[in-house]
Amino acid sequence: MNDTALPDQPHQARRRWMAVLARAHAGSLQSLLADCGALPAHAVLRGPDGGLVMVRGRAGGGGAAFNLGEMTVTRCTVRTETGFIGHAYIAGRDEKRAELAALADALMQDPDRADEIERHVITPLERKQIEHKTERARKAAGTRVQFFAMQTTRS
Amino acid sequence: MRSDISPGFADPVAGTQACFRSVLDAMSRPGRLQSIHGVSAPPPLCDAAAAVLLTLIDHETGLWLDPDVEPARPWITFHTGASGLGCHGRGAAFAMALSLPDLATLPAGSDEMPETSATVILQVSSLTTGRCFVLQGPGLRGSADLRVDGLPPDFAAIWQRNHALFPRGIDLILCAGNTLTALPRSVSVREA
Repeated sequence: MNDTALPDQPHQARRRWMAVLARAHAGSLQSLLADCGALPAHAVLRGPDGGLVMVRGRAGGGGAAFNLGEMTVTRCTVRTETGFIGHAYIAGRDEKRAELAALADALMQDPDRADEIERHVITPLERKQIEHKTERARKAAGTRVQFFAMQTTRS
Repeated sequence: MRSDISPGFADPVAGTQACFRSVLDAMSRPGRLQSIHGVSAPPPLCDAAAAVLLTLIDHETGLWLDPDVEPARPWITFHTGASGLGCHGRGAAFAMALSLPDLATLPAGSDEMPETSATVILQVSSLTTGRCFVLQGPGLRGSADLRVDGLPPDFAAIWQRNHALFPRGIDLILCAGNTLTALPRSVSVREA
């Protein structure tokens, strides 16, 4: 969501919108894209096909990397008739969602369409995702337990 | 970024399986023509060569590309994940070429591990016209004729040197348009 991509990392803007698109639901993506007027025809270059990726983690964020487990991902690549290629890698097996996300990525690279897609698709989705995350964090914070008792008995 | 990468097989699973079967048949019946369908090849590759690449190459495969094939590199990298080895052929498991490369620069395997040799995918202008070669060896009852247009003039001599290395040696897959055939190292070739 608030992807803290470092400023010196390339494609920072694209990382942001691809992350937003990867988290969006197929239904909301479809309805938001429908608001953007006539979309260029697109051909699927690859996929949508499913696969597994190994999720790696680091204990405490700084330990040695270990394999946490595999997760299902679906990838798709489309090419619009205007010649822009969009990619999408999404969690899960929703092929329609992967194709829509790839199409939106292709449109975001088209200077003629980028503003419109940003306004009608990316910004609303991002706002909704941030709200959802904040809401979950708020609910989780409500159940937080402070172990004062244990701390005092230990000392 | 604008790009003109074309799709690979229309049906990737069925397409690669059918192509794999064709390559297998071509290797076991040297000189017999196999046809390939359902692929959209990038220039300068023909359909058969593109299909063979999609079928046999993945991100772990050592692939050497002839400099003439360079325009198709983005397509090959996108669909197969192979990054290519640059301009030298040592360590290549496959070589994709538009003109026969010097076979001595490619790995021919060892007597203990003959399977570590390279396979050359060679695109030629035609497999129905051109000079006629007589093939003999395993998979052929008697002999078979093969017409190829686009091989070097001294191909029969080059191939006999490769054939003499058996069990080591290079295998060759010849592609033209949507047909392919193969010359495994076990087959002997003379000009008709």
